[in-house]
Amino acid sequence: MKTFQLGGVHPPENKLSSEAKIEKLALPKQVTVPVGQQLGAPSIPIVAKGDLVKVGQLIAKASGFISAHIHSPVSGKVFKIDETYDTSGFRRPSIIINVEGDEWMESIDRNDEIRREIKLDSKQIIDKINEMGIVGLGGATFPSFVKLLVPDGKKIDFLIINGVECEPYLTSDHRLMLEKGEEMLIGVSILMKALKTEKALIGIENNKPDAIENLEKLANKFTGISVHPLKVKYPQGGEKQLIKALTGREVPAGKLPLEVGCVVNNVGTAFAVYEAVQKNKPLFERVVTVTGKSVKKPSNFLVRIGTPIKELIEAAHGFPEDTGKIISGGPMMGKAVLSTEIPVVKGTSGILLMPDVESKRKESNTCIRCAKCVSVCPMGLEPFLLAKTAKLGKFDIVEKELVMDCIECGSCAYTCPSNLPLLDFIRLGKNKVGQIIRNRNQK
Amino acid sequence: MSLLSISASPHIQGDYSVKKIMWGVVYALIPASLVAIYFFGLDAIRVMLIAVAASLFFEWLIQKYLIKGTDTYMDGSAVITGLLLAFNVPSNLPWWIVVIGALVAIGIGKMSFGGLGKNVFNPALVGRVFMLISFPVQMTSWPTSKPLFSEIADAITGPTPLGIVKEGLDAGLSVNQVMAEVPSFMQQFVGGIGGSLGEVSALALILGGIFMLWKKIITWEIPLSVLLSAFLFSGLFWLIDPTHYVNPIFHLLTGGMMLGAIFMATDMVSSPMARNGQLVFGVGIGLLTVTIRIWGAYPEGMSFAILIMNGLTPLINTMFKPKRFGRK
Repeated sequence: MKTFQLGGVHPPENKLSSEAKIEKLALPKQVTVPVGQQLGAPSIPIVAKGDLVKVGQLIAKASGFISAHIHSPVSGKVFKIDETYDTSGFRRPSIIINVEGDEWMESIDRNDEIRREIKLDSKQIIDKINEMGIVGLGGATFPSFVKLLVPDGKKIDFLIINGVECEPYLTSDHRLMLEKGEEMLIGVSILMKALKTEKALIGIENNKPDAIENLEKLANKFTGISVHPLKVKYPQGGEKQLIKALTGREVPAGKLPLEVGCVVNNVGTAFAVYEAVQKNKPLFERVVTVTGKSVKKPSNFLVRIGTPIKELIEAAHGFPEDTGKIISGGPMMGKAVLSTEIPVVKGTSGILLMPDVESKRKESNTCIRCAKCVSVCPMGLEPFLLAKTAKLGKFDIVEKELVMDCIECGSCAYTCPSNLPLLDFIRLGKNKVGQIIRNRNQK
Repeated sequence: MSLLSISASPHIQGDYSVKKIMWGVVYALIPASLVAIYFFGLDAIRVMLIAVAASLFFEWLIQKYLIKGTDTYMDGSAVITGLLLAFNVPSNLPWWIVVIGALVAIGIGKMSFGGLGKNVFNPALVGRVFMLISFPVQMTSWPTSKPLFSEIADAITGPTPLGIVKEGLDAGLSVNQVMAEVPSFMQQFVGGIGGSLGEVSALALILGGIFMLWKKIITWEIPLSVLLSAFLFSGLFWLIDPTHYVNPIFHLLTGGMMLGAIFMATDMVSSPMARNGQLVFGVGIGLLTVTIRIWGAYPEGMSFAILIMNGLTPLINTMFKPKRFGRK
């Protein structure tokens, strides 16, 4: 069975919510929609306090090329536009809407029937995906239409669909592949048409045999789509690792997957593309896993963007008393959040409530040069060296040792027997070296 | 609800610790320890106990009164140094030499650099080489093995197989004449040859090595490259002139080759980080060992070879980098 070769770790999977069917979460009383949900420039609000909005109505426009439109997830009245805390703990402008009823834009096809026929051509599809505010739902939230604009002279050999979900605990992609398999595959076909490519490879780790079986069965009805079980190994969901595992091709350092004839999209994104193109539905809701060892009812919810995460926790039968940390995303790359007031955004794949005992870092010791961090690094770096030189402020060495290749997967810090905060220092190094490179380029 | 913790990812840490790794090495040394006790009896226990106790004591003393840091003596690394030190000496070594060896190993070999993780050289080997140079007579008169419960009288001393061969060849005897006096390969492999505590049974050492590979404490690169390069290099001479050079298998099974390749060269602190660097390191040890054995003054060269390559490790680390993703 295929996997990537270099490095990788096997954290406990803890997929507690993999049996929980996707449930529609009740509408909240108020939503907080940050205007900076995507990677790239924040969007510009086009509504004002007191405006009435419908579900799916455009409320903030993309600003610049790498940006995305944002649509109202609810119907109601704009309460105010104000700064609120985002997932990373920064205060960012958000549009706060008081929910009244659930009135959708008429342009959205709310019929449950699956629309199989793809009427739009490549350019129309890309425009539609842009118009509907679709971003990568795997977590990076890169505007999806940008990935589909293939420069002249480049040919896409493979559309890679990421169904790996290698983060422990998370199951939203898993449930989507089980429950919305056909819609997702239509989304894949749409993406193939947009990219003018004949082949799509769906990579799924073999800890999800039901999803593999379901999609293999469904994929028979589609041309050019094949499903590939992969050996479980973190971080297989990393773009470069997944391309390597499925095609054997290695994206050169500092380059995009385009360079080796690949474009990668997440299964959640493929489903959102189906809804956007076939149902004219903007991206204003997504599947979010709510999980944790003490959570009474680990769940997968279909949630409107802007819903405070406390509503999700409530729906999963409440806040466990022993909670010590709330993580947006998975335990390897997710972000610890400040409060339960922060809203679900386009990039929220899960909410993980960690028991207090697990939420504190273990005491760190001295580096014993065991080289475990070197052998698990999927990018072939030397984390101990990067961390040490960054700590000493020797950023010229940090740069020379290729810190910018780091994908911040956390395998090094996960593995370190001395519990050294390797990734913290590597991030510091990346940050500083990034500044140094930008300054140099400006000169 | 308690206060929420905020920290950067990753939010989980694997079930690994320095203690686990170090005690894993100690467990891997158990088969060889039992073999040593079997062949050398109470003397083996005596040397091992003194070496371990002295190592722990000096680590504690220096940590507490010189470095003034937190206690580290129970992290298992001093136990390893003590055991390996014992494995590298004859079982009839006077107790005070063992204590001096432990002082040099822990004090100079390890703590003078700042303690665990910072030493350049393998501490046990620093101690051993110090003893070898300072007390050459005591360090090279090995009691012949006297299995537990056997009737052999005490205190028969003799050289190791490697010593017999070296002396014989230097005296102008042919390999066949010399080899008639040393134990068979089977004995060398299973145990029962004269020598230091830990070098009498290749089998017990290999068992420990397999355990460490299984627990991912060591990688295969270093032991295999040491053994293979020593085998090929000594085999080359043997093929050219089998009357003057001994069978390469003999080199592998004697003179602490296994002990060095499996337990000493693989010391993570003093060996290279990248896999390709580890191969270079191992080949260097293999070639140097055979070189010293054939042309050097000492019958065995493992300790010196490892120490020399330990010294080259920082250079190897800068010259040999891991295979990078997406780069040529």
